[in-house]
Amino acid sequence: MEWHLIIDVLPLLLDGALLTIELTATSVLLGLVIAIPLALMRASHATALSRSVLLYTFAFRGTPLLVQLFLIYYGASQIEWIRTSVAWAILREPWWCALIAFALNHAAYATEILRGGIRAVPRGEIEAAKALGMSYTLRTRRIVLPIAFRLSLPAYANEFVLMLKASSLASTITMMELTGTARKIVAQTFSPYEVFISAALVYLGITFVVVHLFGRLERSITSHQRRVPAENDEDDVQSSEEYALEKVAR
Amino acid sequence: MIELQGFGDQIAVGAITTIRVATTSLVLGIGVGLCGAMAKLSRFRPLRMLADTYTTIIRGVPELLIILILYFGGTVALTTAFGRYVEVDAFAAGVFALTIVFGAYATEVFRGAIRAVSAGQVEAAHALGLSKIQAWRLVILPQMWRHALPGIGNLWLTLLKDTALISVVGLEDLMRKAGVAAGATHDPLTFYTVAAGLYLSFTSVSLVGLTLLERHANRGVRVAD
Repeated sequence: MEWHLIIDVLPLLLDGALLTIELTATSVLLGLVIAIPLALMRASHATALSRSVLLYTFAFRGTPLLVQLFLIYYGASQIEWIRTSVAWAILREPWWCALIAFALNHAAYATEILRGGIRAVPRGEIEAAKALGMSYTLRTRRIVLPIAFRLSLPAYANEFVLMLKASSLASTITMMELTGTARKIVAQTFSPYEVFISAALVYLGITFVVVHLFGRLERSITSHQRRVPAENDEDDVQSSEEYALEKVAR
Repeated sequence: MIELQGFGDQIAVGAITTIRVATTSLVLGIGVGLCGAMAKLSRFRPLRMLADTYTTIIRGVPELLIILILYFGGTVALTTAFGRYVEVDAFAAGVFALTIVFGAYATEVFRGAIRAVSAGQVEAAHALGLSKIQAWRLVILPQMWRHALPGIGNLWLTLLKDTALISVVGLEDLMRKAGVAAGATHDPLTFYTVAAGLYLSFTSVSLVGLTLLERHANRGVRVAD
């Protein structure tokens, strides 16, 4: 094992890591934009709407991301009207194919997570909004979505990490992101251990940062729910009980 | 009818390989997960730290990279060990990689499920004079399954889809066979769609099976509604 190699290849891998981060962030952002309306449809009581979105999430969650990626990257070129249209300029590029596949896949998972959050919004909050005369759009924007986001944040953080890891699949369609770069270096040096372990460390580093950031985000948006430390609570209860006892004794 | 141009048999063979890889990894992974969960709940600190390191690393590194490390790393290790070029069997490397990944996630599922078994049950087992092994076998494990089943079910669905990644190192699974057929016929759209359809049917059947299993596991449990 040549330990110095782990350090030597790090700058090259960090270059690849930039593309990994770029790809993950763009896919998640685009996926979220797609997921919000879909989640609202999926959570609605209109069965036809909910069912049609279910069909989409079922198809994308039930097949491997690799198949979806290959279908878009290799399959799209076969369809005549795509090849002759403007869309071809986009679907020719591996970057766009990866982005489209990842975003659609992420949207499917995010839709189901958000739906859970939307369905978990306390009924009282919605009734209060209705009683105040808020329209559907207004209460969705101000009441339902903010609460749903807060409720689904922990699950969403997991999904983000999964997307980060899934972005490694882009290396199979010639993209030189972190895994792709590592594979290229391995092909040149044939020291798989050093290079791949180095790449794994970079992934771990990014994962830790993401988990940390989501933890902070969660703490900051739930700060109003934080209770006074439990010890104080108990003391208060005790003291009021003692107070009552004293009162009775007197 | 979809025209498979004579590749139908090959696709079917690939599909069977996919199922074999997935089920083998499932069985082995459940074993790893149980050991991991016991390690995490043990009183012996180094064991706990070992299990924590294992799950943290595996859950923070892409599955594809783990497969690549084990496949190419394994080849290099075996080559140095035997002094001549040895290629790792893609099936073995794949099953090994997926077992390790599945085991890490299953560790967390089982840990939660074991903790969901009420402490009174364990105390009762000790009070009855059951040995530690008996308490695990007769009291904790049977009651833990019910809590673990939804989590393990989700992991199984993920595992089923992750098998496609092994095609990257050359395992002749459904994905690889579809890729070969797509290359030979210049018709990737058809073959990848067929592959997607087959994966979807596997997950659908699994979902039905899981619902039945959960219903069976929850028999006799009163559910509030």
